[in-house]
Amino acid sequence: MKSIILIAGSRLLVALLVVFSAYMLLRGHNQPGGGFIGGLVAATGFVIFAIACGTEDARRALRFKPTDIAAVGLGMALFAGIMAAIWSDAFFTGQWLFINATPEDKGIPLSSVLIFDVGVFLVVLGSVLSIVFALEEEV
Amino acid sequence: MLLLQALPAIGNGEVIRYVMPWVPSLGVNVSFVIDGLGLTFGLLITGIGTLVMLYSAKYLAGHPQQARFSLFLTSFMLAMLGLVLADNLLALFVFWELTTITSYLLIGFNHDSAKSRRSALQALLVTGAGALALLAGIILIGTVAGTFELSEIRAMPGVLTESALYLPILILVLLGAFTKSAQFPFHFWLPNAMAAPTPVSAYLHSATMVKAGIYLLARTHPSLAGTDVWLWTLTIAGAVTMVFASVMALRQTDLKQALAYTTLMALGALTLLLANSSGYAITAAVVFLVMHSFYKAALFLVVGILDHQTGTRETTKLFGLGRAMPITAFAAALAGLSMAGLPPFLGFMAKELSYAGGVEAVSSPWLVAVAFLIANALMFAIAAIVGYRPFFSKAGKPMKGISEAKWPMLAGPLVLALLGAFFGIFPMWLQGSLIHPTVDSILGSTADAKTLQLWAGFNLPLVLSLATFALGFVIYLFTAPLRATLVSLIDRSPNFDRGWDKFLAGVLASAKWQTRVIQTGQLRFYIMVTFITALAAMAVTMVVKQALVLPIIWTPVTLTDLLVFGLVIVGTGLAILTQSRITAIAGLGVVGIGIAMIFILYSAPDVAITQLLVETLIVVLFAAAALRLPALGAEPLRGRWLDAAVAVAMGATVTLILLMATTGPIDRSLSDFFEAASYPEAFGQNIVNVILVDFRALDTFGEIAVVLVAAIGIFALLRSKPGKDEA
Repeated sequence: MKSIILIAGSRLLVALLVVFSAYMLLRGHNQPGGGFIGGLVAATGFVIFAIACGTEDARRALRFKPTDIAAVGLGMALFAGIMAAIWSDAFFTGQWLFINATPEDKGIPLSSVLIFDVGVFLVVLGSVLSIVFALEEEV
Repeated sequence: MLLLQALPAIGNGEVIRYVMPWVPSLGVNVSFVIDGLGLTFGLLITGIGTLVMLYSAKYLAGHPQQARFSLFLTSFMLAMLGLVLADNLLALFVFWELTTITSYLLIGFNHDSAKSRRSALQALLVTGAGALALLAGIILIGTVAGTFELSEIRAMPGVLTESALYLPILILVLLGAFTKSAQFPFHFWLPNAMAAPTPVSAYLHSATMVKAGIYLLARTHPSLAGTDVWLWTLTIAGAVTMVFASVMALRQTDLKQALAYTTLMALGALTLLLANSSGYAITAAVVFLVMHSFYKAALFLVVGILDHQTGTRETTKLFGLGRAMPITAFAAALAGLSMAGLPPFLGFMAKELSYAGGVEAVSSPWLVAVAFLIANALMFAIAAIVGYRPFFSKAGKPMKGISEAKWPMLAGPLVLALLGAFFGIFPMWLQGSLIHPTVDSILGSTADAKTLQLWAGFNLPLVLSLATFALGFVIYLFTAPLRATLVSLIDRSPNFDRGWDKFLAGVLASAKWQTRVIQTGQLRFYIMVTFITALAAMAVTMVVKQALVLPIIWTPVTLTDLLVFGLVIVGTGLAILTQSRITAIAGLGVVGIGIAMIFILYSAPDVAITQLLVETLIVVLFAAAALRLPALGAEPLRGRWLDAAVAVAMGATVTLILLMATTGPIDRSLSDFFEAASYPEAFGQNIVNVILVDFRALDTFGEIAVVLVAAIGIFALLRSKPGKDEA
């Protein structure tokens, strides 16, 4: 199925969805969103792209093998958990760094929790895409 | 070498203990203790281990996988050392299993040979099954005694023997010990394990690993022994193994196989001695243990040298090599004399002590003494076959062009054989430092430990010894005719090894039958079984707990509610009634979106977003899959009645349970905690997300791991072409 309208539309949609997924991922700690949802949104974007332009183009747009992405994600999540050991805390204790923090404002918060959520994001994205691509290529 | 430093302290009756908590909540510690028993084993393991390493460096020189071999051997040594020094039963079990695994790798080292692979697997399965029994026994011990620390259990005399669970504990522990130490009827794996390279046989399957079972018996002796069950089980198993193995040993023409069976005999003898609690028996067991490790490892290494230099291990081919290989012959003769139990060697003392122990055995002195007499006489004959015949006999033509082995190979047998002779002449060196502390660890005091001496006066043991020599000499002279008789006799008797094959085949056949019945390969069948099981479980619980109350809740229904529910019902109807797959999937999608709307209505935006996205992706996935499937045929309505009944029952039950759950007051303590702690502790306002990534991050980690594994599974399923590599 090759449709010019779908191809043209998908280019725009994919970009939007991927940016939106990053937004969902980052805001997840305080508003609806998070790694799982973000990963699903990003996956949806690439799935649309794969339907419109074929999996070959979608794979190229993704640059990395989906299974690799998922594996890296799992590794990041594990790393985020192990990081706690540096401060002799229990496995998966959240570690926080507040840049430019003042008593009223937390500044820019960075944390191992964010690394973990990015890991979740990548696992979901990679897993879903590896399934979808494999299915599509079978047809 | 570090262990040597412990010698003086242990000699003075001290005990060294080191503890490191591992899983404190379960009482699991990595605790090590060095007492007489542990030290004796530890020194045997490291000492013989060093000699064997040296030996195998030459024996396997040029082998492409020599490095791998050294790795296996070193890992085994570590595991074995951990096993005998562990004070915590669970740590002991972990090391126990490690020795099983490394032994598997070492037996199967020649993995090109199907025989090696089979032997390795057999050893793994037999000892592994025994280890499972042991684990169950250990857990029972832990529940009864309240601790897994061996030293604490020993400090509570009678805690196990007087417990109601004593019999199950004893059976399970003995199963572990008997499989590991190859006691009858689990003996068959040990001779097969000789498929391993000779240094492995010398080290694992005579000097150390198979003694792990004996070690366990000695270790648990203070807590488990002293009952009639212990006494008779060990006496009978030990005596049967001992006599059976020594007869089998005579039958073998392969020197290595003959030694394998004599190892079985030694293990039987040790079990038999440990059945008792008398000073003579236990002292005899300890001396026997030490001297057996010396001479048996030495003889194995000698046989390895013969094999390496001449290319054969057949007793019918090896004659008169003494001139060509003087040093090997010397070591073999010393070790053989010790094995035969002649004075002034350590073997003589061990034999005297075991006769003394046998004569005063509580079970049945005559049975034990006669069993020892037969076994020792046969041992004498086999010692002559292995230690004397290949080198000094002129019965056959000596081989030409044989040269002496290199020194690293000679060092092992020579040192071990000399040690046997040295300690035979100076027994007090061994006695104070190792034998008595070991007896102390087993019996709890050295009061009953017997003195090692070459001349104990003219007494019954001495008479028995002389009878042994006479009988043994006669057997040696008539080896050939005896062997022929044995061969024909054994061929006609039931064979355990073949029985094992039949047993394995039976297990595989029943597994295949099960798979055929349970795994139909139809998704519908699986879902049906799952749902019916779940239904039955819920129904039984409700009836048994009498929880079935019919809740009547009446809340006003809004127009929005009606619309959303109507949407869901229409979607369901569509999915059921349509004959096109795509339409059915779209129907299911409608249901999913309807449910997402319910989530939005009841303010759960995170769940709603996830639901929507998952729903979308599922429809895409199904649509991709559906293209490859045949169209749904018009199915006869009758075939779907069962489906409908299960579906309706499932839906009704879940609804009922949900209604019942919502009538009761909801426990808000968890919600309250997360609402209160989310921002101050985890700096997040979205509680759902904070729970996912912070409070329960470990759960989430497990879940994403499952997601990845599932994806890889699906990927692999799709990529493997059906029919191509279906096993």
